[in-house]
Amino acid sequence: MVNRSLISITDYSKEEYLRILDLAAEFEKNPNQNLLTNKLIATLFFEPSTRTRLSFETAVQRLGGRVIGFADASSSSVTKGETLKDTIKMVSNYVDMIIMRHPLEGAARYASEITNIPVVNAGDGANQHPSQTLLDLYSIRKTQGRLDGLNILMIGDLKYGRTVHSLLMAMSDFNPTFYFISPSELQMPSGYKMLLDKQGIRYVEDRDFLPFLPKADIIYMTRVQKERFSDPFEYEKVKNVYVLKNALLDSCKDTVKILHPLPRVNEIDPDVDENPKAYYFTQALNGVYVRQAIIASILGLK
Amino acid sequence: MKGDDKHLVVNAIENGTVIDHIPSTSLFAVISILQLEKLNNQMTFGVNLESKKLGSKAIIKVAGKYFENSELNKIALVAPQAKLNIIRNYQVVEKRVVEIPEDEISGIIKCPNPVCITNHEKITTKFHVLSRSDMTVRCNYCEKVINRTQIEIL
Repeated sequence: MVNRSLISITDYSKEEYLRILDLAAEFEKNPNQNLLTNKLIATLFFEPSTRTRLSFETAVQRLGGRVIGFADASSSSVTKGETLKDTIKMVSNYVDMIIMRHPLEGAARYASEITNIPVVNAGDGANQHPSQTLLDLYSIRKTQGRLDGLNILMIGDLKYGRTVHSLLMAMSDFNPTFYFISPSELQMPSGYKMLLDKQGIRYVEDRDFLPFLPKADIIYMTRVQKERFSDPFEYEKVKNVYVLKNALLDSCKDTVKILHPLPRVNEIDPDVDENPKAYYFTQALNGVYVRQAIIASILGLK
Repeated sequence: MKGDDKHLVVNAIENGTVIDHIPSTSLFAVISILQLEKLNNQMTFGVNLESKKLGSKAIIKVAGKYFENSELNKIALVAPQAKLNIIRNYQVVEKRVVEIPEDEISGIIKCPNPVCITNHEKITTKFHVLSRSDMTVRCNYCEKVINRTQIEIL
C-alpha cells in the first residue's frame, strides 16, 4: 500500500483493506500518535464537504501532521480558470500526500496519474468514496465481531447511493445476504445485481422493509432525496414510508446496528438516537480511526 | 458488375492497404481513427456501396501505406467486420481481420458521462475492455460501464 493512491474500493485487495481495519482498531485504542511529524498533507476540497474534511483533518492532526488546503473551490484558483492538472501539479510540490474531493467523476484518478505523491479520494461526484466504505466495514466488523455471512438490509435510495454501491462491492467478498428495500424508482441498478448473481450472492428486493427487520444484522439507511423523482407525487407517496422509528425496532435482533452515511434528514426518527441499536454517530467517529489507518499505511508509517 | 468493382478496387493500387467491409455509417469514423486526413498518400474512399453482408458498405484504399496492427485494431470498435487486404505489386499478399484490443482502448472513445472529468479537461480517454463479445468497456476515470450502443467515437 506504501505510496499507492486510494481512489476506488477496488484498488486494494481484501487482505489490504482488512489490514487497514486492523490498524484502525489500533488507532481507536491509541488515537494520538506522532507518526506524521514533519509531514504536510493537502486537503483539496473542490466541493464543500465539512464532515469528510474535518474527519480527514482530525486524522492528520491526531497523527501529529499538518494540513494545508481549501474547503471549497471558490477560495482556490479554480475560479480564475486554473485546470485541475495545474492545481495538482502545483500542490504536489509542497506536500507529502493529497486528499481531495471533487464534483466531477474520475477527478481523483486523473490527479493520481499526474502526480508522484499519493492521492486519497475523498469523493468524486457519484463515483467513489473509499474511506467511507472502509469505515462502514470497520463499523460492521466492530459491532458484529465479523464480516462473514451477515444479513445486510439496505433501505432507501439504492439507485444513486454511492455508499451502498461501494459497500455492496466490498461486502461481496464476505458471503453476505442482501435485502434491498427501495421505492421502484430507486432500485438497485441491474449491473450490481448481475455482479452478485455472478458471485452467487443471495439478495432479496422488496418495497417494504418491515418483514425483513427481524433478519437484519446491519440496517444501512440512506436518504431518499426529492430531486431524484421525476414525479413529485411519487415522492410524496414514499417520503414517509422509508422512515425508521424506535417503535419498529422491537422486532429486530438485539445485536442489530443501524448505520447511515449521514447527513440524515428524516429517514431515521430522532427517537431512534437513544436506542443502543443506533450506531450512526459512532460510525462517524470510526471514520477518524480508519482515515488515520489509511494515511499511515500509504505513507509507510505503520 | 459487382465482381468487376471488386476487381478494380483490389488492383487499383500497386502497394498499400485496402480496408473493405466498413459499415457505410462508420466511414468517417474510420478515417478519423486512422488519422487519414493527415496523410499525403493517394487515397480512394467508396461509400454506400452494395454489400451482401452489410447491406451497405464503405471501402478505403490507401496507396503506399501499411498500418500497424495496433492502429488497425482501433477501428474494430466501429467496423468490427472490416477486412484488410495488404497489397504488394498489385497482389493481395495478406488478408487480415480486425480485433478489438484486449485490455485497453486509449483515446478513441468519448465517455458518455457528462460529469466525467474527461469531458471537462484535456485528457486522453482510456477504457478497460470488460467483454469483447458484446463490447462492454469501463471508463478508467469515472468507472462507468458502457456497451456498444453507448460508444461514441471522439
